[in-house]
Amino acid sequence: MGKKILLAHDHVPGIQGYEVYRQNGGYASVEKAVKSMSAEALVEEVKKSGLRGRGGAGFPTGNKWNFLAKPEGVARYLVCNADESEPGTFKDRYLMSRIPHILVEGMITSSFALGVNTAYIYIRGEYYYIVSILEKAIEEAYANGWLGKNILGSGYNLDLYLHVGAGAYICGEETALLESLEGKRGNPRIKPPFPAIAGLYGCPTVVNNVETLAAVPFIVNNGGEAYAQIGIGKSAGTKLISASGHINKPGVYEIEMGITVEDFIYSDEYCGGILNGKKLKAVVAGGSSVPILPADKILTTPSGEKRLMSYESLADGGFASGTMLGSGGFIVMDETTSIVENLFTFARFYHHESCGQCSPCREGTAWMEKILHKMIDGHGTIEDVDLLWEIQAKIEGNTICPLGDAAAWPVASAIRHFRSEFEEYVRNPNSIKVVRHYDSTQNLVNA
Amino acid sequence: MAKVTIDGRVIEVPDGITILQAARMIGPEVAPPTMCYHSKLKTSGGYCRTCLVEVTKSSEKDPRPMPKLVASCRTDVMDGMEVGNLSSPKVIEARKSVVEFLLLNHPLDCPICDQAGECHLQDLSYEHGSSKTRTDFERRTFEKISIGEKIQLHMTRCILCYRCVKVAEQITDGRVHGVINRGDHSEISTYIEQAIDNDFSGNMIDVCPVGALTDKTFRFKSRVWFTKPVLAHRNCEKCSGNVNLWFKGDEVLRVTGRKDQWGEVEEFICNTCRYDKKATSDWTVEGPSPVNRHSVISANHYEVFTKPTEFKLNDVKPLSIQEGDKS
Repeated sequence: MGKKILLAHDHVPGIQGYEVYRQNGGYASVEKAVKSMSAEALVEEVKKSGLRGRGGAGFPTGNKWNFLAKPEGVARYLVCNADESEPGTFKDRYLMSRIPHILVEGMITSSFALGVNTAYIYIRGEYYYIVSILEKAIEEAYANGWLGKNILGSGYNLDLYLHVGAGAYICGEETALLESLEGKRGNPRIKPPFPAIAGLYGCPTVVNNVETLAAVPFIVNNGGEAYAQIGIGKSAGTKLISASGHINKPGVYEIEMGITVEDFIYSDEYCGGILNGKKLKAVVAGGSSVPILPADKILTTPSGEKRLMSYESLADGGFASGTMLGSGGFIVMDETTSIVENLFTFARFYHHESCGQCSPCREGTAWMEKILHKMIDGHGTIEDVDLLWEIQAKIEGNTICPLGDAAAWPVASAIRHFRSEFEEYVRNPNSIKVVRHYDSTQNLVNA
Repeated sequence: MAKVTIDGRVIEVPDGITILQAARMIGPEVAPPTMCYHSKLKTSGGYCRTCLVEVTKSSEKDPRPMPKLVASCRTDVMDGMEVGNLSSPKVIEARKSVVEFLLLNHPLDCPICDQAGECHLQDLSYEHGSSKTRTDFERRTFEKISIGEKIQLHMTRCILCYRCVKVAEQITDGRVHGVINRGDHSEISTYIEQAIDNDFSGNMIDVCPVGALTDKTFRFKSRVWFTKPVLAHRNCEKCSGNVNLWFKGDEVLRVTGRKDQWGEVEEFICNTCRYDKKATSDWTVEGPSPVNRHSVISANHYEVFTKPTEFKLNDVKPLSIQEGDKS
């Protein structure tokens, strides 16, 4: 069994409630931080821990906290990004619904470290049933003196609010989230200025993912060093992986970074192998926007070693033969999956969720969806494959926010690794239901 | 002060201005085109991505290039910055694709569009676009709606530059229109088709880079290149009263704000000047408006008296002479 931090007490009955959570060592980090540590020392511990943003980008959390501007007399804010909408990712949902107090505790400790007196949790509108769970947890925290005025007699005040989004993927982008939190249309802002300088209501703001904040209590309790020793290299700690697709045991797994991808897919501790004994065809390793990789490339790195579940190992080889850990949405596809149809689903999603501010994303995502729709309907041509490739290249990097990139990467990687399947699809639209499997050299296997 | 190099041209500019403003100071030959940026409107720009440039050197302190192309209208200059506009193949490629994206859903109804001749999208696609389309999908269309007594909204032509939203926010009393829906379904609209009614609403027409917002008092009256712009002013209580009158013969067909070299309004004017003062006697005429000689409007601005070159039959040489059988 790997080391568990976030889900260590997941099996304890009643952990959702305050009493049980407290009995299992809950809120110890707040006590330790508020009573015996300075804010600077806390930031230093988080820096030492090597904790990286779990929302997808993997930016070192300690550095992010360090960048926070601290002008005199200006309020600072901490916002928890619980707008988890990346297709294939459902780890925050699991964590918040099972152990809501770990997020509340992490937010109190983090707020103290950042000198924040008002913190927000921005939760995705579709998670309406978690809203009541979190609200209850916040209420309990207030009732037991962990929130509110003069926490533990230290003179430190903190208010924590829960804000429910209205169901837009784009509001997971941090500046769009801030706009939405301010009550405006959720459009991403043009950066700079970054939120660390001018975020919520123009004040310095830190936006962190649920899982990132939930890891803070462990770091405070046990020290940054202890956290840094878990995991591998620069990928410190554990990561929640949302495993889905054609596997025997889909679900949320907490893994210690550094286990092999092969282990993760085939061992009984985790996914338990491919459904019905079929062959592995492809994996989307970190949520729908990261590049899809064919079986051989996801299992081994370009240098022939086994690929590990870590930021570095998954990104090994760049986009030509690597991918990203992203948010940990691990989608496994077996040999019966059609890459073209799967890509159409992704493209439709990004078209639907584009905010419409900047032209490459607004028009490009719609165009890509239309072309893929045409292919699915059996009217595609070889030129359409090239056109798709060109459109994604024109969107990538030219947009205000990363949604453009997120829409472009799946298209790019699908064509890069499965081009022959696209060609077969447009050439023989009628045979596609039968002929689907290609090996890594892009030769037909089960014609 | 910051020293900036744009396409190899060096200029010293004050700190805190954008790359685009610095480029405009050098001149139109290095200034990136813009569709959504408007110098008189705060926080405009950044949406259309036509002004993308490549920063090959960020600053003297940090000489690394910027990883992506940046929107020049929203990126501040740094001392020692080196920028590639037309000298960068990446920029030319990106701009071409932005034009292609903007034209994907824009109707090619220029022959019946009132904006034709002074349309920024026409200029942009002429200068940076390609001559062929690569899509045969049906274009997105919207119903025409009337927003107020004097303004026609033709959403199908809109490129979502947000300029009219900024006008309503910054120079009128209360904004009643905005962008609704999302992605390529986004549209400019009012809340439950409310009329836009305030003294400065007409400026939305002037800032619209395409034919999405047009002046109902001018619609279908004339092609713009058959009218002659004349600078004029009047004493107005609400605005500066400095306008452009557009004459056809002796008749004033429309009144607009004056536009600078970049096609952006210099001073916003009120609706009284715009719609209600259409007699020459209302105005003190200053003289013909300066018109860029490349503009289609200048073609009709003054009569052209050049003699056609004379054609002599003897000068014509046959393209090739077939050596016939001489025997």
